[in-house]
Amino acid sequence: MKKSKWQIFTNGIFKENPVLILLLGCCSVLAISVTVQGALGMGAALTFVLVGSNVVISLLRKIIPDKVRIPCFIVVIATFVTLVEMITEAFLPDLYSSLGIFLALIVVNCIVLGRAEMFASKNSVGDSFLDGLGMGIGYTVVICAIAVVRELFASGTIYGLRIIPEGYQIGIIGQTPGGFLLFGVAMAVLIYALGKKGKKFDPRIGCDGSCGNCNLGCENRIQDIKKEEETEVEK
Amino acid sequence: MTGATKLLLIAFSMIFTENYVLVQFIAICPFLGVSKKFDSSVGMSGAVIFVMTLASAVTWLIYNFIMVPLHIEYLSTIIFILVIAALVQFVEIVLKKFLKPLYNSLGIYLPLITTNCAVLAVTLLNISNTYNFLESVIDGLTAGVGFGLAMILFCGVRKAIERAKPPKCFEGLPITLVAAALTSMTFMGFTGIADALFK
Repeated sequence: MKKSKWQIFTNGIFKENPVLILLLGCCSVLAISVTVQGALGMGAALTFVLVGSNVVISLLRKIIPDKVRIPCFIVVIATFVTLVEMITEAFLPDLYSSLGIFLALIVVNCIVLGRAEMFASKNSVGDSFLDGLGMGIGYTVVICAIAVVRELFASGTIYGLRIIPEGYQIGIIGQTPGGFLLFGVAMAVLIYALGKKGKKFDPRIGCDGSCGNCNLGCENRIQDIKKEEETEVEK
Repeated sequence: MTGATKLLLIAFSMIFTENYVLVQFIAICPFLGVSKKFDSSVGMSGAVIFVMTLASAVTWLIYNFIMVPLHIEYLSTIIFILVIAALVQFVEIVLKKFLKPLYNSLGIYLPLITTNCAVLAVTLLNISNTYNFLESVIDGLTAGVGFGLAMILFCGVRKAIERAKPPKCFEGLPITLVAAALTSMTFMGFTGIADALFK
């Protein structure tokens, strides 16, 4: 069944939200979601890289040989990441220092490589553009939603505006344990709310079938690698 | 600070106070994905320690002897990820050929490491912290050990979760994330120790 343009676009926002449903690229989601400002910046950076790399890879999909496709994808993605790094360092130095290492780590963000492998290398330029945009927006929405809650409780502000008076903050929400906790609770709330409506919400670790580049090392992936090796031995 | 104390400080903070997974949020994906089984946690940690140490050494040499003289420091992200990818392939081939027992225990985890954020992060942070060669290698080694420690600890925690019965909506991933929160809270206890120990 051919998907309409609108379906391709909204796929990343709802049905296959990269963060909530596929749990991809959650390092930056957890680390950056301390302030809304940082979360918006990270979302914009990731969306830019995702759209750029999707378009370029889709353009090159007939030229790139199948065997060396992963390194080729990585080079394209790394180029866009370097661009983003340079632009933010030059024009938004505050954002650059608050994102820190996570800006460079977009290179190994499973969302970007996953979309390159799963979508851009098989579909037309227009569709890949929409897919990248949808996935990027899906990521940004989730990271911003978590950031609103974390910033509110950890520093009492939303986007710098003070809401809770000083002295009533829960510092731990802004630190590492708070990130894990909120993410887990958010997921549980979604499962509960959607379960009541009779819909199923089923977060799985990473598996959208893009095994070729996934670094999660779930059982399927490990079985896959073992099988590959066996066929190699037979040869 | 003398050289030896600095090395000790790096080692201590990488394993405990600045632990990549539980404090800095780097390499969460394999932490959640692989920690289900003890064997795979150990195998993955071994492979990460091995590759991180090697990658730290190789990228430091490439940066300081090739990239700095050519003034292409701004390409570090691209070059480092390619170096890591090539290195992982190379390690895989060498282990397969010469160290078969080690390959059998680590081999299947090596393809997962190219896109492990911890490896890229450690190489980039070595450069931005202006570490010298020995410090970089120790940084890579101990960051890997820290990753392994977090992984194996969390594997034990997950074993305990399997026997517990959480509310229905928390089953599966959500309770795992809550457990990760509690595990990382224990590591917050180390904050400040490094400064007091190595002043």
